[in-house]
Amino acid sequence: MSIRFDNPDRPNSYIGRTVPRPNARRLVEGRGRYVDDIVLPRMLHAVFLRSPYAHARIQSINTEAARAAHGVRGVFTGADLAEHCTPWVAVLAHLKGLKSAPQHPIAVDRATWTGEAVAAVVADTRAQAEEAAALIEVDYEPLQPVTDMRTALDPETPVLHPDLGDNLTFQREHVSGDPAEVMRTAPVIVESRFKTGRHTGVCVEPRSILADYNRSEKQLTVYHSTQAPHMMQVVFAEHLGLPEGAVRVICGDVGGSFGIKVHVYPDEVATATISKILGRPVKFIADRLESFATDIHARDHEIDARMALDEDGRILALDIEDLTGIGPYSVYPRTSAIEGNQVVNLCGGPYDFANYRARTTVVLQNKSPTCQYRAVGHPIAAAVTEGMVDLAAEKLGLDPIEIRRRNLIADDAYPYTSPANMRFEGLSHHKSLNKLVEMMDYPALRAEQAALRENGVYRGIGIASFIELTNPSPFMYGIGGARISAQDGCTVRMDPDGSVVAMSGVTEQGQGTEAMLAQVTAEAVGVPVQRVRVITGDTQTTPYGGGTWASRGAGIGGEAALQAGRALRENILAVAGAMLQCAPETLDIVEGNIVDLGTDTERMPLSELGRVVYFRGDTLPKGLPRELVVTRHYITSDYPFAFTNGIQASYVEVDPETGFVKLLKHWCVEDCGRVINPQLVDEQIRGGIVQGIGGALYEESLYDTEGQLLNANMADYLVPMASEMPDMIIGHVETPTRESELGAKGAGEAGTAGAPAAVMNAINDAIRPLGGRVTSMPMTPERILRSIHHLPE
Amino acid sequence: MSQAAFEQLVDISLTVNGERVEARVPAGRHVVDFLRLDLGLTGAHAGCEHGVCGACTLQIDGEIVRGCLILAAQMDGAEIWTIEGVTDSKEITDLQDNFVERNALQCGFCTPGMIFAARDILTRHQGVPSREDIREHISGNYCRCTGYEAIVDAIETTARARNSEQEAAE
Repeated sequence: MSIRFDNPDRPNSYIGRTVPRPNARRLVEGRGRYVDDIVLPRMLHAVFLRSPYAHARIQSINTEAARAAHGVRGVFTGADLAEHCTPWVAVLAHLKGLKSAPQHPIAVDRATWTGEAVAAVVADTRAQAEEAAALIEVDYEPLQPVTDMRTALDPETPVLHPDLGDNLTFQREHVSGDPAEVMRTAPVIVESRFKTGRHTGVCVEPRSILADYNRSEKQLTVYHSTQAPHMMQVVFAEHLGLPEGAVRVICGDVGGSFGIKVHVYPDEVATATISKILGRPVKFIADRLESFATDIHARDHEIDARMALDEDGRILALDIEDLTGIGPYSVYPRTSAIEGNQVVNLCGGPYDFANYRARTTVVLQNKSPTCQYRAVGHPIAAAVTEGMVDLAAEKLGLDPIEIRRRNLIADDAYPYTSPANMRFEGLSHHKSLNKLVEMMDYPALRAEQAALRENGVYRGIGIASFIELTNPSPFMYGIGGARISAQDGCTVRMDPDGSVVAMSGVTEQGQGTEAMLAQVTAEAVGVPVQRVRVITGDTQTTPYGGGTWASRGAGIGGEAALQAGRALRENILAVAGAMLQCAPETLDIVEGNIVDLGTDTERMPLSELGRVVYFRGDTLPKGLPRELVVTRHYITSDYPFAFTNGIQASYVEVDPETGFVKLLKHWCVEDCGRVINPQLVDEQIRGGIVQGIGGALYEESLYDTEGQLLNANMADYLVPMASEMPDMIIGHVETPTRESELGAKGAGEAGTAGAPAAVMNAINDAIRPLGGRVTSMPMTPERILRSIHHLPE
Repeated sequence: MSQAAFEQLVDISLTVNGERVEARVPAGRHVVDFLRLDLGLTGAHAGCEHGVCGACTLQIDGEIVRGCLILAAQMDGAEIWTIEGVTDSKEITDLQDNFVERNALQCGFCTPGMIFAARDILTRHQGVPSREDIREHISGNYCRCTGYEAIVDAIETTARARNSEQEAAE
């Protein structure tokens, strides 16, 4: 059965419509329920003492004074918790050679980054725990830290974990075609070095957990601000020695996540461990300093790139040498090798060329651990690729639009396998480019730029094509041995009054998952969207699933809801046929009523069917199935990932006196396949763009040579604020994936993937007449001025 | 400084959302913790506890302030309004409707503070503020989800509607 989703006059047409989010009202009225809003009887508060050194041996810890302090109910060191919680090693079998060291919830004998927990205090109030933590005496022997990733593999650099042999945690080289030979013979070669700044997610709600081990039930209930409740259930069970079924993870409102909250954090596992030891609820809410020092960081990369082209500007070969530092441990369980691996997979992704070499080298260092943050690897790959394309255009005297037209994969070339072996089912680079050119009135903008330059105003236009990996199959984590579900389920239930409840394994972080699920379910069953209630984020009540990551909610969770809703509809119609003495095939459900198919003549409301099924089942034929609860699961299998594509443009003005960048406007055309809720998709794109702009212009976690984090507060670590951000024009091309009936691909990371590249190209377009070029992010006023005046960094 | 400030526990008497409140608070407790822990008003959120993120923005004696930068002990005689109070009084229902309609919030953590900043410019500004004015006025409030544009739209829409209502009345 194929529904014409593009026909707006079809019945129950919620898919493709802007419908307000069912949970938004609660949030604007201050009635959200975040973890810190939950208070349980006998609840204690955990506070962590953290290492002031990037690398130090813990000689001894004296907790006597802390234990005696007012309100303190327990003090725990790494050794104390090691008796109750097993350590973890974050590797995946399919990332060959990836190695990491065992990590404990609290450092046992060595602290490996500034901010690593070395002891925990639990007390009746957080203030009491903080006061007591200050009384703990730790005797540290400072060790030489590994801070510069460029020298991490040098023989004179200490090896961070001696058992590993060296500081190389992962390396992968991919070669296709003969890039070396092409580089030797090609008529045009461009090369450049790029740097992306180490930065973090800065969720306004800090990481939050409330763990409640109930000895009488032998059950651990964890209220957790997380993206992946089922993954966390597995982790708590495995490392605390509990059956998976005895761990329940409940995820209510989450105050921003962006990939930050999809990882296992030692202090959160410590909190659960302490709750199990004490048999009492224990809450831990990270403060802002802890957030900057212990939330995962990302994007700490340096890349050398070379591109070969022919005289007509056709790309012949691309060579990428990527180096990244990930902190002292690979992060559990997704690992910290994925980002570098994605750089290898994604560079050159939008373009049709054959010769490719890319290598990522992933090293250990004494800084905060890095891991997957929104658009994992994409902003880096896009910045490098699009920076190189613009450099080539400059060298060949081609317009940035023209060089892209000559190289983007043709819209009729699919299915297509990229030189990085990524398989694309169907993309729309040229359609998207044409739409962008029209939306921004490119020729007029170029004319305006030229006219203003006469007056000493330096404006620039930057273009960036991109691809985005969404709807991941088990090829992402499952095949590597991680118990992370790529499948997702949805249970749809009709209650006696004809209302519907949908329970899903995908989770809501504010992106609109619950609205999307309500729309899909409403259309599939045939009820008004207001009559659908959605439940997510509870491992004990929802079907098993992966949660929120890699832009999978709509494509995978949405398809499961569609199939479950369809199946419920069939079951309802079977009962209706028996009640109305007609064939179910002659009936339909429209806006909550059983109607005659074709004429839409009302036969009875669903509430009448519900009344009979639930309270007067005796009046139905014996043996008639009356299952008004249905579960369906969905997993992608034709392609490892559903790639999306898009293109962005940025228009900026650079003040050559101050180096300040004013963002005038931003455009994005993207193709996420079927758009379920246009407004929510647009807002994902806008929010993503601004997060990308943050990394491009402002955000960087700065360390000194001793591994001290220098800007671990919101005053010194800059993020985009309202007054600096531009208005953004969003357009769509829709190429639905044929793998599912819904046809939806992901949209959560496209904005972040392309924005830094577009802004970088715009800045360089603006300062080119001044002889400047910046390829280091964040592109601060200082870096721009140094580039214009040709001063070293 | 009054004698009370040096004591561990301080007695205060104030109104919160129009209701009289008597409390004995620890001297070091800031207003957002007092509201959340002592009164169960969890609408104001503690995002940074150093006065930057704006998630704890609320109204004290007619001014919007950071709830994490003021001590509860200073609140004797004060009049505090939180998101719960201004929701119940229905004075910002139009603004909240426009936030929902425009999807000017995603995770919602910054939203109560953002609503106070928005309410403030809507109250203070004569006529319809420019988008630049709106952006400037809310630039003390972090939002990591939306990219701000939808928030600016929702505030602008509210200002326009209020302005036309006022012009119609005149």
